[in-house]
Amino acid sequence: MQSQTIDPAKTALNHHHDATVAADHHEAHPDHRLFGIVMFLVAEGMIFMGLFGAYLAFRSTLPVWPPEGTPERELLLPAVNTVNLIASSFVIHNADTAIKKNNVRGMQIWFAITAAMGITFLAGQVYEYTHLEFGLTTNLFASAFYVLTGFHGLHVTIGVVAILAVLWRSRVKGHYSNEQHFGIEAAEIYWHFVDVIWIILFGLLYLL
Amino acid sequence: MTQAQLQEKANSPALIEEPGLRNWRDYFSFNTDHKVIGIQYLVTTFIFYCIGGVLADLVRTELRTPESDFVSPELYNSLFTLHATIMIFLWIVPAGAGFANFLLPLMIGAKDMAFPRLNAVAFWMIPPAGLLLISSLVVGDAPDAGWTSYPPLSLVTGQVGEGIWIMSVLLLGTSSILGAINFLVTLIKMRTPGMGFHQMPLFCWAMLATSALVLVSTPVLAAGLILLAFDLIAGTTFFNPTGGGDPVVYQHMFWFYSHPAVYIMILPFFGVISEVIPVHSRKPIFGYKAIAYSSLAISFLGLIVWAHHMFTSGIPGWLRMFFMITTMIIAVPTGIKIFSWLGTMWGGKIRLNSAMLFAMSFVGVFVIGGISGVMLAAVPFDIHVHDTYFVVAHLHYVLFGGSVLGIFAAIYHWFPKITGRMLNEFWGQVHCALTFIGLNMTFLPMHKLGMMGMNRRIAQYDPKFTFLNEICTYGAYILAVSTFPFIINAIWSWMYGPKAGNNPWQALTLEWMTTSPPAIENFDKPPVLATGPYDYGLERARESVPLSDPDPVLSADTNSVLRAKPDEPYPAIVAEKEQ
Repeated sequence: MQSQTIDPAKTALNHHHDATVAADHHEAHPDHRLFGIVMFLVAEGMIFMGLFGAYLAFRSTLPVWPPEGTPERELLLPAVNTVNLIASSFVIHNADTAIKKNNVRGMQIWFAITAAMGITFLAGQVYEYTHLEFGLTTNLFASAFYVLTGFHGLHVTIGVVAILAVLWRSRVKGHYSNEQHFGIEAAEIYWHFVDVIWIILFGLLYLL
Repeated sequence: MTQAQLQEKANSPALIEEPGLRNWRDYFSFNTDHKVIGIQYLVTTFIFYCIGGVLADLVRTELRTPESDFVSPELYNSLFTLHATIMIFLWIVPAGAGFANFLLPLMIGAKDMAFPRLNAVAFWMIPPAGLLLISSLVVGDAPDAGWTSYPPLSLVTGQVGEGIWIMSVLLLGTSSILGAINFLVTLIKMRTPGMGFHQMPLFCWAMLATSALVLVSTPVLAAGLILLAFDLIAGTTFFNPTGGGDPVVYQHMFWFYSHPAVYIMILPFFGVISEVIPVHSRKPIFGYKAIAYSSLAISFLGLIVWAHHMFTSGIPGWLRMFFMITTMIIAVPTGIKIFSWLGTMWGGKIRLNSAMLFAMSFVGVFVIGGISGVMLAAVPFDIHVHDTYFVVAHLHYVLFGGSVLGIFAAIYHWFPKITGRMLNEFWGQVHCALTFIGLNMTFLPMHKLGMMGMNRRIAQYDPKFTFLNEICTYGAYILAVSTFPFIINAIWSWMYGPKAGNNPWQALTLEWMTTSPPAIENFDKPPVLATGPYDYGLERARESVPLSDPDPVLSADTNSVLRAKPDEPYPAIVAEKEQ
């Protein structure tokens, strides 16, 4: 048998500059962004899991928790805030239903309500911070309280910004439709995530 | 003689124009091509490797004599802290990401990563983070609490340096997480039609396991570092016992990442070795599924062994027992891989080129590191040698003897694909020999030093340790020298090396089915699998898949295969060749 030389340019895989194949370069790329967001939220969730784990570990090292001398906390405001945030998850889901029916106006209304509820939550947090009788460095509980709620508050803020960004973009007619609404879905998933984290956080900090 | 037999010379250039060649400016810009980003990662991390190596040699120079005579003890602390941080976070972890960036889309027949811009963002976090870290030396307050940064030590050794360290590691961790998201989505969603998970090359399996591990463990380190930053800057006392905090909680959070980090640093190179060995042994990989699933097993077990770093920190006995057992179990999937590689080489037609020599050195040296790992897993032994040079020896055997040899095996194996040119074989082998001698000379005596009781992280030591320390230091100098043949070889070959052709190794994975360097968007249309990734010499085993490519390269070498009847040629091949 004599030796064969291969011209890679002629193999089926490498028809460079071939007119019939060139069209392939411009086909629609499949959209994996939603899956990417879910992966990102797994990582986000693990940051919170780390913080929750640390909180429980600190709790277990001290005989009394919160440490003696920690001022009493008001439960009413955070409870109202919790109900507010949980309700907002149902509100934002209506936006998803609306856009799937190609109802951009309805989506805008539900998103605006969600943003308002998110801002209310943040305002409640700020009010609570200013009225608490302990500061960041008062004791271990106080530090954990501020870092955990603050880190969550940061996420709520990002969520509100994302919702407002969607509203801003939706002013362009046809930007979102029943077929193309990744931004809306991403903002919604993120909002649900922030909500779930808050429920755990509320249980840890106020109820447990 | 068939084409697929060993080629002494590389294929001549196939295409007159080279579709993959790019303007050099692309490599210094925010480019979204995964191949550009892969090269950016590899070159950047290699520069950091050289910086980390200089720091290592400064450390070893100090340790040549028992007295503290070369640098001040304070500077010594900064040197080993920066050495470890750079080698881990700026060399081995991102080097794995670099190879993954270059290779994954090619191996699965995709045009690019799932999120090209995110990919570029992930890379461009690394140079600023590295410069930030190194700038601490200029600022005059370099971090000096060790790469572990245990509080309360890290809270009292210098606020600026420690702050820089935290900031830099947070940036690098974020980069690593963003990379992992990209790899996972790419691998899960973008495989070419016909490629199921079980047709993926093993490097892809390794990166799947690595990325899952990064995604789950790195955020916990971020959480720990955020709390540490609050302690350092805002005056909280999470990890400060004087204010009621608990430093052991930091250790848990730190090692929840940093133990998986050793698998993040070694799994990609397990994948590399699983690619290099079958190609250069001209044999199907032994135990494909065993290697693939053992990566996943390591990834899972890696998450539940972290506290073996903390046997002396006062954790309860039952917890020690648990972590001792899980740590010993993790040796099993690793052993499965080692035996599979040996099984692949067994009876193969081995090409002893630089890539294969590095891969074989990897297997040998890593076994030593693995065995000392099992020794350290045993609580009584660990308590005896905790914080001694035995631990230093172990970790360098797995990180240098494992990961770094793996990186070099990968560079020698894929350099022709990445640059389109061949590396010089002779200087590659010189590099391999010097590295092998240097690494064993540097790290083998450290086992003895540890057993004799020499502590790690000290600038002065008992004069009775002098002789072994001198050997270690001279070994470290050999390692430094060994880098030069490689650097010169790489630069020279990149510019003037012989053209490699598309598939100089006659490999079967998809990255070799396109041009070298690959053109933008890699393949003109999604490639169709003609063979499995390791079907060397097997006669087109996967008949269910349409054969779109009549390329005889795909049928590899018929002479080197394990067959039921080795003397009987495959009728189909003979028929095809004689047409």
